[in-house]
Amino acid sequence: MSNRLIVALVLCLSIVFGSQSRANDLVVDLSKTVVPITTSFTGSNLLLFGSFKNDNKTDIIVVVRGPFHDGIVRQKKRVLGVWANGDEVTFEDVPAYYYMASNRPVEEFLNDDLAKLRQIGIDSLDFSVKNADQLPEHIKANTGQFRAGLVRNKQADGLFGRKLGNVHFKGDTLFRTDLHFPANVPVGEYGVDVYAIRDNKIIGEHTTILAVQKFGLEAGIYDFAHRNALAYGLIAIILATAAGWLASVLFRKS
Amino acid sequence: MQIYLPIAEVSVNIFLILGMGGGVGFLSGVFGVGGGFLMTPLLIFIGIPPAVAVATEANQIVASSVSGVLAHWKRGNVDFKMGFALLAGGVIGSSLGVMLFAFLRELGQLDLVIKLSYVIFLGIIGILMLIESLNTIRRSKKQIAPVRRTHNWMHGLPFKVRFRRSRLYISALLPIGIGILVGLLAAIMGVGGGFVMVPAMIYLLGMPTAVVVGTSLFQIIFVTANVTVLQAVNTQTVDVVLALLLLAGGVVGAQFGVRVGVKLKGEQLRGLLAVMVLMVCAKISYDLIATPGDMYTLGMLGGH
Repeated sequence: MSNRLIVALVLCLSIVFGSQSRANDLVVDLSKTVVPITTSFTGSNLLLFGSFKNDNKTDIIVVVRGPFHDGIVRQKKRVLGVWANGDEVTFEDVPAYYYMASNRPVEEFLNDDLAKLRQIGIDSLDFSVKNADQLPEHIKANTGQFRAGLVRNKQADGLFGRKLGNVHFKGDTLFRTDLHFPANVPVGEYGVDVYAIRDNKIIGEHTTILAVQKFGLEAGIYDFAHRNALAYGLIAIILATAAGWLASVLFRKS
Repeated sequence: MQIYLPIAEVSVNIFLILGMGGGVGFLSGVFGVGGGFLMTPLLIFIGIPPAVAVATEANQIVASSVSGVLAHWKRGNVDFKMGFALLAGGVIGSSLGVMLFAFLRELGQLDLVIKLSYVIFLGIIGILMLIESLNTIRRSKKQIAPVRRTHNWMHGLPFKVRFRRSRLYISALLPIGIGILVGLLAAIMGVGGGFVMVPAMIYLLGMPTAVVVGTSLFQIIFVTANVTVLQAVNTQTVDVVLALLLLAGGVVGAQFGVRVGVKLKGEQLRGLLAVMVLMVCAKISYDLIATPGDMYTLGMLGGH
């Protein structure tokens, strides 16, 4: 692992951050960069570890986010006594998954401007309203409600979350945190950003790309269903017919 | 033991799915119904996306109808001519239904329409069945001859065809019309539609009860097969892994159900089935009327 760490260090420092400050001090690696979705997938845990000179004035924030989509939020309304979907707002660049961890509550060391700039924390996420100029006035005035509704739903699904105090320092330089990907995590590419913060400034940052993808039978079935939809449908019928016939033969004998 | 479903994209307990298949299969064996009207709401209830639940259940019904129709075919209880007339309507109806399904999904009103269809149809059928079985139980002491069908507007329709197996000479438009309605329901509700078609065939067309079940199963095979292919092509929501698990449980459950079913009286069976249908109806109605926990919901995430 230490070899990998050194390789990662060299790669990251040379490619990603050649900045002037103390960015050079931040080293990060993940226990794996692919979260495989297989038949037995029930979620996955990853270990993120890194080193940064910890002088008791620096804090570490870890943000996992991705893949980005348009997100539709609909407001329920009563129609003839029944709850139906009414007004809707589409937000752009909504991460399907967003998770943040830090060594202590971010409110204690991060100001809002920096949080907004780097979209650190759920409240700082910058979703723009799609086709905002075409929305009726009463919706336009209320997009904040729709945004809050989106965040609540995502949190309830376990797809937006944060854990403060979940980044642990070991000794003077090492830190680690556990990243959890729930069973309903969407397939796609994720960015894992680590920020070292001191005096409300980012003094080091590091990005790793992480892929959540289907493997084996899962990937095979999914790809086939999307690429050869007609053949997939026909095979589904043939399988069902064969199973129905088999059942009637098997149970007639008994 | 958890299994990740490739199309539904959720992780479910394999024994829960097998158990649901077995349980619904048992009930369908006892009552002689397809069970789609129970299975689809159950699948949605455990967190399968409604679109996947409806399309996958259509696929499963193909299997259960095939094994059902074979037994009826052996006894000569399938009116193929009537079956094809129903089927012609069924293909039209289910094709329209799949288009409507995709359109409603786009609008964000699919879940509502699925639930409303359930409430309306389960409510009507459940109440009718309950009244009928109560009357039969009350009447069983003093025998009353069933009402004879009389000539009405239906016999004035054109395109009359002779259906020999059913001993009927009626307009082909009637079975085609019933087929269209049932096909629509199959596509939108994820059911075979037997619970609508069987009463329609008995009371509307006046078919002999002996051939009704076999003929309706014959039609259901092709209509649900049509729905399966169209959903696979248009919405990619057919999950074969889920379908296979459901039917594995369903086949076994149905065999036990049939054995229990023969020991019960017909009117008791219908009464029990009516109560069950009304319970599902009440549960879905409650979900529609009760104030939701969150006034905002997420729609489909697009853009990839």
